[in-house]
Amino acid sequence: MPRLYQLAAKEVVEKVRDKETTAEEYVSSIFERIREAESRVHAFVTLIEDEALQRAREIDEKASKGKTLGRLAGVAVAVKDSICAKDVRTTCSSRMLENFVPPYDAAVIEKIHMEDAVVIGKTNMDEFAMGSSTETSFFGPTYNPWDLSRVPGGSSGGSGAALAADETALAFGADTGGSIRCPASYCSVVGIKPTYGLVSRYGLVAYANSLEQIGPMAKSVYDCALFLSVIAGYDPRDSTSVRMPPRDYTVFLKDDVEGFKIGVPKEFFGEGTSEDVEKRVWEAIYKLEDLGASYEEVSFPSLEYALSTYYIIAMSEASSNLARYDGLRYGYRIDRDDTDWSTVYSKNRRVGFGAEVRRRILLGTYALSAGYYSKYYLKALKVRTLIRRDFEGAFRKFHVLIGPTMPIPPFKIGEKIQDPLALYMCDIDTVPANLAGLPAISVPCGFAGSLPIGMQIMAAPFREDLMLNVAYTFEKNTTYKDRKPPLK
Amino acid sequence: MNGMVMPEVKIGLEIHSQLTSLKTKLFCGCSSDYRGRDPNSLVCPVCLGVPGSLPVLNRKAVEGAIMAALALNCKISERMFFFRKNYYYPDMPKNFQISQYDRAGGAPLAVDGHLHIEVDGKRKRVQISRVHLEEDPGRLVHLGPIDQSPYTLVDYNRAGIALLEIVTEPDLNSPKEARIFLQRLRSILEHLEICDGSLEGAMRCDANISLAGGTRVEVKNISSFKEVERALSFEIMRQEDMLEKGLAVERETRHWDEVRRITITLRTKEEEHDYRYFPEPDLVPIMIAEDFIEEVGAQMPELPEARTRRFMLKYDLPRYDAEVLVGVKALADFFERCVELYNKPKEISNWMMSDLLRYLYENNLELSESKITPEHLVEMIQLIDEGVISGKIGKQVLPKIVLTGQPPRQIVGEEGLIKITSRETLERIVDQVFGENPKAVEDALVEEKTVHFLVGQIMKATKGKADPQLANQIILERLRVMKAEGKR
Repeated sequence: MPRLYQLAAKEVVEKVRDKETTAEEYVSSIFERIREAESRVHAFVTLIEDEALQRAREIDEKASKGKTLGRLAGVAVAVKDSICAKDVRTTCSSRMLENFVPPYDAAVIEKIHMEDAVVIGKTNMDEFAMGSSTETSFFGPTYNPWDLSRVPGGSSGGSGAALAADETALAFGADTGGSIRCPASYCSVVGIKPTYGLVSRYGLVAYANSLEQIGPMAKSVYDCALFLSVIAGYDPRDSTSVRMPPRDYTVFLKDDVEGFKIGVPKEFFGEGTSEDVEKRVWEAIYKLEDLGASYEEVSFPSLEYALSTYYIIAMSEASSNLARYDGLRYGYRIDRDDTDWSTVYSKNRRVGFGAEVRRRILLGTYALSAGYYSKYYLKALKVRTLIRRDFEGAFRKFHVLIGPTMPIPPFKIGEKIQDPLALYMCDIDTVPANLAGLPAISVPCGFAGSLPIGMQIMAAPFREDLMLNVAYTFEKNTTYKDRKPPLK
Repeated sequence: MNGMVMPEVKIGLEIHSQLTSLKTKLFCGCSSDYRGRDPNSLVCPVCLGVPGSLPVLNRKAVEGAIMAALALNCKISERMFFFRKNYYYPDMPKNFQISQYDRAGGAPLAVDGHLHIEVDGKRKRVQISRVHLEEDPGRLVHLGPIDQSPYTLVDYNRAGIALLEIVTEPDLNSPKEARIFLQRLRSILEHLEICDGSLEGAMRCDANISLAGGTRVEVKNISSFKEVERALSFEIMRQEDMLEKGLAVERETRHWDEVRRITITLRTKEEEHDYRYFPEPDLVPIMIAEDFIEEVGAQMPELPEARTRRFMLKYDLPRYDAEVLVGVKALADFFERCVELYNKPKEISNWMMSDLLRYLYENNLELSESKITPEHLVEMIQLIDEGVISGKIGKQVLPKIVLTGQPPRQIVGEEGLIKITSRETLERIVDQVFGENPKAVEDALVEEKTVHFLVGQIMKATKGKADPQLANQIILERLRVMKAEGKR
């Protein structure tokens, strides 16, 4: 018998609806587990146990009155700390926002509240989502439950680790260049970066607006699909949100890939890809072939420029997005005001931001400067268009594209943090989906020893249905999902 | 000018005009009715730039801007973008302004227009380089002059108000031309009912000035059109003075100090901002369809040029009078309402042109700041036409109406200003004046033209209440009698 805190979201909803358990019992069990695991994992920046239990009791009351419960009734949801929740501290794991309490709920928080989910806390991340290891957090790193000496990936590393450690059933991530898929891969859970415009960004603290999406993370493809069904949808408050009728993504999970055409871009297995990763991902592709799909190797020459294109665009946008953190209205402020405002701004920003954030602001500022704009930013936009076209062409031929999520398995904490370029290289397989606005999912596809490896499946814009079905079919016919980390 | 030839002056203007008829701000639903409200009471996460908030374009603002662009004979972009203008300043909540840009791949709302003005009877074409939309920053409040204030207070009520930026080529050749251009522009925007130029800060302007093809100097902070002529004249004088002394005019940005009435250095060339413009990723490109432009064009109200013509033809006004009235929409509306009430356009126009406007001008008042209504003016003219008061009394009564808003009939009654039309009373006064002015009577007996002096004395004795025609008549009668008696 699994413990309550280990239940999948789907099971929690059924048990609460059928009154086999109460939301309060379940949420209490989650917090017991958090007390047990958190000192080793450090997945959370803020926990809101009282509020969560209160919310659970409200849901139980609703159930006892015979009212219809929402699609996520009672389910524990951990929220990446770059997503605003009203009256809950939202730090982006930065000293700059150490005491920032948003006066409003993000659109996705409103949506899960309507479906009776229970927010349990805010998860650790790389500062302002700038990183792939959750090491740049002002509050210290998160530890990978599969190997506590290793990183959980990032930037949504707290969300990935919380899922792997059974501290939550669902977790929000946000993906600018792989920030959902990377920790999903490193923690052996499932994570989706939705099509750009599918999920409202209203309430997501911006890192690089034109690239990022909030997305679901869960312990199974089914839970991810369920979660996505709840949070997707048009929002007039986000001008980049797309008018799409709401869909129930769970209906596309058919356990059947007969006739599916898979493209395998060579560039996804480029220099720097570890042998273990290459082997496990190819095994997964062969597995899908066994299940009735066919595959073909393809080449996207434009992908060679994806990483540099990504970093120019992301840093440029970041340099502007983060300008508002000057300490005047909220956030970190040095307690002295004997100088002019520009000196005060500089001091607040020098101390309030960590090294990686300062580096990216500087690089982005440079890339947008007079004389460099057309050389870097405009050129990056052009390459982005080329990459998008290459993908469009591919999706006329293939249902999905498959490759590794990360080129290497989880690395040691401290191993790469002094070498930014080596760390940036880890994003090589994930950034193309952000540049092209495509949906992509990471599903567990095996291990290198005890270290998880994830497979990335990409689809054409708004074809999450195809991508989810392939992932689900693979998960159904393999056992990786059932393997648990050694963490007690 | 010391007998020297005036060097050629080139002036280009950059006008910022709030779209005051909009109910809400440019990118959020906050009320735009900010004047006289408590500081920071009309704000929300969006206009405060709270992390996670996103802008949503106010469609009505686009309509208004298109209307203005059409009236200025501009080419409307099929596809327009918003850009971020990045610079740090405490009045900007995000430390960037959402604006538009004509370079770096940007397309402002409209380009390439023109406006004709009339200077000293000559028609002149002023080229409009571009018209675009942007958000107003907040307001900084100081105690006394900016460089002596012990603090700066920030009020974000104004932050996010829709601004129309209109930029001209340096086609204006004197401060007077600049003023005429601005008056014309104001009247157009008022007739389009998108900007009420009488509101404080609703129309502001920056100017760039160069002399004899020399270096361009920008003058900022010209907060009202009344200041324009003054600020430009000062700056031209300053540059002339430098050129005469053989000094080089530096390229710089100067600040118009309204109190001291001088321009002072704000930024030198080295301190110029690099605004690092790039496309605003939170707003999608706006497609402006041909039929939308046509639709907006069809709704276009009567413009000043057409209204001036109509005033000349329908009301038989001289061009000058028609232009002055139409120059400020409120005046033209006032006039037409008066004519509706009392069909004597010539008389009404005369009273407005001579007495009302002079009084307003001398006291630095907008029509909207005075208390006079069309009903008042018409009533006053009717009192004169009915013979109840003299025209001279009318001139006394008018300023009282403007100040108090009391109906003329009431003022006339309370102050005993009714015309003396009783022959008996006037005969008594004539006798008295004749007694006091024997020399004048002698003169009048010889030279009848000098009778005016005696009429004037009568008016003086009655404080203007005497019916001058009747007084004149009585005097002539008396003189005739005296002559007859003398012959005898």
